[in-house]
Formats: sequence, structure tokens, C-alpha cells
Amino acid sequence: MSLLDSYRMRLRRKRRLIRCVRKRRELKPLRNATKSIRPDDILLVCVVRNEKIRLPYFLDYYRRLGVDHFLFVDNDSTDGTAEFLTSQSDVSTWSTTASYRKSTYGIDWSNYLLRKYAHGHWVLTVDPDEFFVYPFCDSRPIRALTDWLQGTGVRSFGTMLIDMYPKGRIEDVPYREGQDPFEIAQWFDSGNYMITRNPTYGNLWIQGGARARVFFQDTPKKAPALNKIPLVKWNRRYAYVSSTHSLLPRGLNQVYEEAGGEKTCGVLLHAKLIDTLGAKAKEEVARGEHYRGSGEYQAYADQLDAQPVFWNDWSEKYLNWRQLEILGLMSKGNWA
Amino acid sequence: MNSLGVVMLVHADLDRAEQIARHWTASGCPVVIHVDRKVQNDVYSAFATACANDPLIRFSKRHICEWGGWGIVAASQSAAEQLLYSFPNVRHVFLSSGACLPLRPIPELIDYLAERPRVDFIESATTADVTWTIGGLDLERFTLRFPFSWRKQRKLFDFYVRVQRSLGVRRKIPEGLVPHMGSQWWCLTRQTLSAILQDPKRKSYDNYFRRVWIPDESYFQTLTRLYSTHIESRSLTLSKFDYQGRPHVFYDDHLQLLRRSDCFVARKIWPRAERLYQAFLTDQASAIKPAEPNPGKIDRLFAKAVDRRTKGREGLYMQGRFPRHRKGSALTAFPYSVFQGFAELFEDFEPWLANTTSACVHGHLFDPTGAKFASNEATTTGGLSSCAKLRDYNPEAFLSNLIWNTRGERQCFQFGPFDTQKICSFLAQDKNAQISVISGAWALPLFRSNLNFADIRARSARLQQIESKQLQALATARSGTRIRIWSLAEFVESPMEYLQVVVEDIGITQPNHLAEAPKMVDLTGFGKFMKNLKNQGMHPYLVGDFPEDDIFGSRSKTYTKPYLVQ
Repeated sequence: MSLLDSYRMRLRRKRRLIRCVRKRRELKPLRNATKSIRPDDILLVCVVRNEKIRLPYFLDYYRRLGVDHFLFVDNDSTDGTAEFLTSQSDVSTWSTTASYRKSTYGIDWSNYLLRKYAHGHWVLTVDPDEFFVYPFCDSRPIRALTDWLQGTGVRSFGTMLIDMYPKGRIEDVPYREGQDPFEIAQWFDSGNYMITRNPTYGNLWIQGGARARVFFQDTPKKAPALNKIPLVKWNRRYAYVSSTHSLLPRGLNQVYEEAGGEKTCGVLLHAKLIDTLGAKAKEEVARGEHYRGSGEYQAYADQLDAQPVFWNDWSEKYLNWRQLEILGLMSKGNWA
Repeated sequence: MNSLGVVMLVHADLDRAEQIARHWTASGCPVVIHVDRKVQNDVYSAFATACANDPLIRFSKRHICEWGGWGIVAASQSAAEQLLYSFPNVRHVFLSSGACLPLRPIPELIDYLAERPRVDFIESATTADVTWTIGGLDLERFTLRFPFSWRKQRKLFDFYVRVQRSLGVRRKIPEGLVPHMGSQWWCLTRQTLSAILQDPKRKSYDNYFRRVWIPDESYFQTLTRLYSTHIESRSLTLSKFDYQGRPHVFYDDHLQLLRRSDCFVARKIWPRAERLYQAFLTDQASAIKPAEPNPGKIDRLFAKAVDRRTKGREGLYMQGRFPRHRKGSALTAFPYSVFQGFAELFEDFEPWLANTTSACVHGHLFDPTGAKFASNEATTTGGLSSCAKLRDYNPEAFLSNLIWNTRGERQCFQFGPFDTQKICSFLAQDKNAQISVISGAWALPLFRSNLNFADIRARSARLQQIESKQLQALATARSGTRIRIWSLAEFVESPMEYLQVVVEDIGITQPNHLAEAPKMVDLTGFGKFMKNLKNQGMHPYLVGDFPEDDIFGSRSKTYTKPYLVQ
């Protein structure tokens, strides 16, 4: 990497930071309980819009893993999301009516909250339909992982997004508030992921899975990226550049081993492909606030009318993290 | 008052340290605690006050402890001196840390040591015998100088080591000392320990070891050799290190493993492993008969972890493992076979091969219209789609996924110049790819087609060009038995012999020889066809010298029907 490249990356990072600080004016605090954050608390940052139905289980799930405080940005919800969030004692909420697209799909807002409140903390940045699974997550809380990462001098933790889907058509089983979405979407593709290295930021670019197989078989290049780096020991100089796919400085993207070994890594189970997708896709296409002019949601909206079934004979039923590790979808690395 | 005393080095999680210290003293073992000077004074005094009501807990002079620095040795020295001085009954001194957890009832350890009153338990091996050194430094730990921190100033550290190596600078090892190394956690007798601490030359030894790298792994280990009458070169503390020299941590889910290890003390315990502390610090039933420590299972668990981190699962590509391709390395998880030209020469090659070898035999996986899986389905194991666009978007991922998903079952597939060619260099590089080529076999489908001759001529020219490029790619790959190339003319001379070779390559041993042959396509007139091509200016050189009259030697009609051999 040449000096010029390094300098260019530095500028890019600064630009992201300046941008996020400028965008802070768009965030209006609804309930700011960040004073109660203790120095070694584990935090979670999340941007939501009309996701109230998902939130009770989401909060539950991450509280059980040991997240101490939640920082939410509510982007103009109309379904009572804000009211629900402000009633939770371990949640701080900001609201904004500004454009999701113009805030680089929420990343500027997240970057601001991270910079302001997460400096020196281990912090998860996830979407409300992403559920973090890491090695030993059934017996060790997330703090065991972060303590270990800290002890081995690791600052960031890599995952892959796994699209989970139900056995039949996705609108067959309605999702109830508070329910574990993986009671409905129990299935996933175990071995059709395509990986290349992104030379710009040094992260891996992973595509594939159920969405690529069903929605993007004619345009595989447009299939959504599945590589995510959601868990970082944050520093105010850091910045996410595109969703949580990559960060700056680039060293944080080196969550994979190139010399043959396996680094410890996890997955984000993706509960997108349930009955709430149809309404969401229609709404987001109309708003046009998502990546590539909501191109991804356009594809969903177009094809959902055909009522696709993701399940096939080769689908794997989700059991636990050990199954994922045997399938090669995550790794314990040298954490034993 | 007891014959076992404990030195405890503490730098964090003081409440756990107190819990452990009280556990030791409950069995009558005095404990001298060294608290790292980096711990803030008010935290320290709160801790000291909390422990004040226990007369068996004392605190020693505080030193700053840096990893790999002299401070840890100095701390051990001060605390051990204090322990020996304050508790004259103590016969064995046990060095432990705040993250150590006694796994067996303390009286068992006391009895164990009482039966071995003269034995020093300290892992102590010469530099030639240790394999676990970090950074490749073993004897050089004792002969070079290390003013820079390995963790914080790695580049300077490495640079300075290189400079000293190239200049040939050597420190002199004090006379009489033979460098030994081993685990930092020991249990020494009063006699040995006091001999070390009261040695008239201690000052010069200390000065020497102050500049040795990681002296806590060598100071006592080396000096014990001077005085001990009976060394057992092992540590009573179960402590495992990863490939970077950092200790492995135990969690709640290790409970059964730790119980069955029969070790006396284990480290390092995660301070929040509530269940472990709960289980091992409450009264537990003693073992029925005294057992020797047996950490074999735990050793294997951590050895596996290190192996996974340094080597990983071959042929797996995922978010934590994306190896750079190196020449001659395996790019896939399991050996597989690629057949070029066989399905063109034999009518029923795929079912025949599946039958003969019980491997999974696919058709043309890289067919431009979509992958032809063995099952003839649109998807196969792992959700791999036959869609051509998805496959050709990243053919290397497609193939390595297929091989990974079916690991354990031999995969075979057909390939040829009609297929999309992007995978070709991957096949040539991958040492798991067993490639058999009948060059020129692409002429057979053209020969049997109903195309105009001008089209046939143009097509065969293109196919020959593609195949010749393939063969070039294969030629640059490593030589060896994994790539076999015959020309069509050569192959039809003695097909059974070559098929035998191919089947043996797959590694499924046949009791004798092949009993059944696949049915070869009718070659009558092929020689003439070749000649016509030549006459039209297209020289099919990859086919080889095919006789114009289709007669090889004296066998004239052999190839028109299936036959049995031997």
C-alpha cells in the first residue's frame, strides 16, 4: 500500500467523521440515558424504521447475550417504535425525520453515536433483523468474547450474514411480536457463498446464500454483500464506510487469516425473509431511500408477487452455533 | 500452621483474588499477595483492608509488572522472602496468580506435597528441548539484549534483535549457569527457594536476568538447577498457551473437563466464570483414591485450537479464512477427478464410472447452459445452484464450495473445450484436482453431428484452439501423476489399459481388473472425417495420428460394440 493510498484513506476517514458530526443536528434525543453507561459496558447501536414488531425479541436477545446499553436512531417511524423504545430503561433513543439515503443509509448517524458514546467500549452495530451468533454463545456471554479479544489484542470481529427462511412461502406464517423469528425462518443455505477480496478497504466481499440464489440469479453482481464487522472496540477515530461491511482505518477489516489458519469469527442470522418483508419492500421502493435506489427492495417487490419458496431439499435446519462451525460458516479459531 | 504456603501475584479482579486467597487460608495455608504497583493505591488499600481480618493473608512490597519484564520475578522474590520469613513452618512455596483456581481440595495438595518433601515442582528444560518459544528466540533470550517491548514496540524489538545478530553481539552467561526455561508457575521447597534467594551471587544473577527476555520463564527455572536435589520438571499448575504465547482461558463450559483433569490448580480462569468458582471453591468430595494430574484431554483441546488458528480446515473459504493461493497448495478440501473427452468417446461413461468407482459423477459442471449435477437437479448440496450466471460469477467459489459441501465423497465431473473456461487455471493449480484428458475428443460430437462441413471446420478450429490453451495451462502446473493427457488416437489404441489407470487414480481399488467397459461410440469413418478436415486446411493435431481406415493393428471391428476383457 503506497503512502498516497494511505493518505487517501486517511482523507476518506476524515470525511466520514466530518460528515457524521455534521449530521448530528438531524438527531433529536427522545430519551438520553447515556449517563448511566459505565466505563466497560458493552453497547449496541441500531438504526430502525417501523420495526416495532421486531424490537421486543431483539432487545431480549441482546440483553441475554449481555449488552448493557442500547443506542437507537428512530428514522421517522409511524408504528409506535419511538414510544416503545423510550419506555425501556436501558435504551437511549434519538429520532430523525431526515433522509436515510442522504445519511449514507444510516451510517452517518451510527458513526456519530459511536464517536460520541462508544469511545473505548466494545460495541455492536446491527440492524433490527440481525442476530449475532458467536462461538460458545450458548454458554458464554458476549463479555467473555470481548475480554478474550481484548486479551489477544484484537479490535474487531468478523461475521457473515446468513439469510434464514421458512420452509414454505414466506407469507404463510405470520410473525407475532415478541416471537423468536427463527421459529419461523429455521432454514438456511450452507454452502453457496462466494468470496472475493476488496482491494480498496482490505475486507472480504461475500455474496451468495438464499437471496442470491432466488432473487439475483440473473444479476449476481448485485446480490447483497454478506460480510459484516459488527463488533468493534470503538475509538472515536474509527468510522464505518459502507453499512457495517467495512471500516476505516483499514486494519480493522483484517478479520480473516490469509496464511491458511482460521480467525475466530461468527455469523449474523438474518431474519429478513419472513412475512413482514412484503410490506417493507413495497414501502421502501416507494421511498427510494435504500442503497442503489432501493434496487434490492425493487427486486424483492418484483419477485415477491410470484411468492417464491426459498426452501429446497438441500436447505439446512438451524440447530446451534456448533452446527454452523462444522459446516464451515463460522470458526472458533483458537478460542477454545 | 501448615507446611504449604502460597505466593499470589495479582493485578486485576481483586475480589476474585480475595476469594481464592481465603480458600487457601481456610485450609491453613498462609498466603502472601503481591499486588501490581500499576493498581491504583485506593483500590489496593480497599483490597488490603478487606483481607485484614485474615491473619494468614499478608501483602508484600509492590513492583511494577510488565509482561516479559523483570518485575514479575522481583515480585515473586519479595513475596517468597516474606513468606519464608513470616511462616517458618512452610516447607513448600506455591507460586500462583489471582486467575489461578484450585481444582482439588487443598488438603489433597498438602498431602501430595507432604509425601514428596524434597521435590521441587518446576518445569525446567534446556533451550534445546523447548518447542514453544515465541518469536523463534530460545537461547538468544539469554545472549541478546531486549530494551524494547515485544508487545508495544515490535518493530524496534525485531530490528534490534537483527542488529545484534548481524553484529554478532553476545552477552556472557554467568559462569555455572545453564539456561533453562519453563512455565512461570512453580512449587519449590524452602531449601531450594532460600538457597536461590540467599545466594551470595544473587546480585550478579539478578543483574544478568534483568536483561534476559521473559525472565519469569527462566530465572527460577535456571537457578533451581543449581541447588535442587530432586526436580520434577513439570508444573502443578495447569496452564496452556496459544500460539502467540497468551494463556488460554477457562470458562463455565470447561467445568467437566477441569474436574476430570485431576490437576491441582488451573489458570487462567475467566473472572466471571461464576459456575467454575462456585463448583471448585465450595466443599467438594475428595477423590476416592489419590490421582496423578492428567491434563491430556485439555492438552488436546488446546492443541486443536492452535492447529485451527494456524492451519485451519483445508479448502474452506469463509469470513475468517481466505488464504492466498500458493503454488502447489490445495485449493479445495478433498481430491476430485476431472475428465475431458471421456464422455465424448464413451456413450455411457458417466453411469459406468459411477458404477465402477461409487464416486459421485457429475456431467459437465461448467456447461454454458448451466451446471449438470449428478442428481440432474437445479440445486445440489449446500444450496449450490446450477444457474450458469451464478456459477460463472465466481467459478472458483462454485467449485471449492461443491468440493467442501461433499467432503468425504469423491467427486468426478466432465470438462471440455465446449465449457466455460474461467475455472481452467484454478484446476491446473489445485493439487486436489486429478485431471485426465483425451485431447481431440471434441472432434467426435462434430463427426457425429448433422452440421454443414464448413461449420464443422470452423468449430473444430475453435475447439482445438481452446483445448490447446488448456493443455498449456496444465503443462505449466506441477508435474506428477495427477494430470494425464492422451491424444484420441493414442487412447483408442488400448482404452482398457488407460481406463484402468484412471480408475486406479481415483483410489478405489478394484479386486482385479475392470470387469466391464463403457461402450465406445462408433468410430467407423472417423479416419476419413479427419482426413477431410485436414484437406480443408484445418489440421486436427490434438487428435493424434488417426489411421484413415480406422484400423489399428489387426483389430478392425473391435470398437463397435461393448466387450468384456480378461
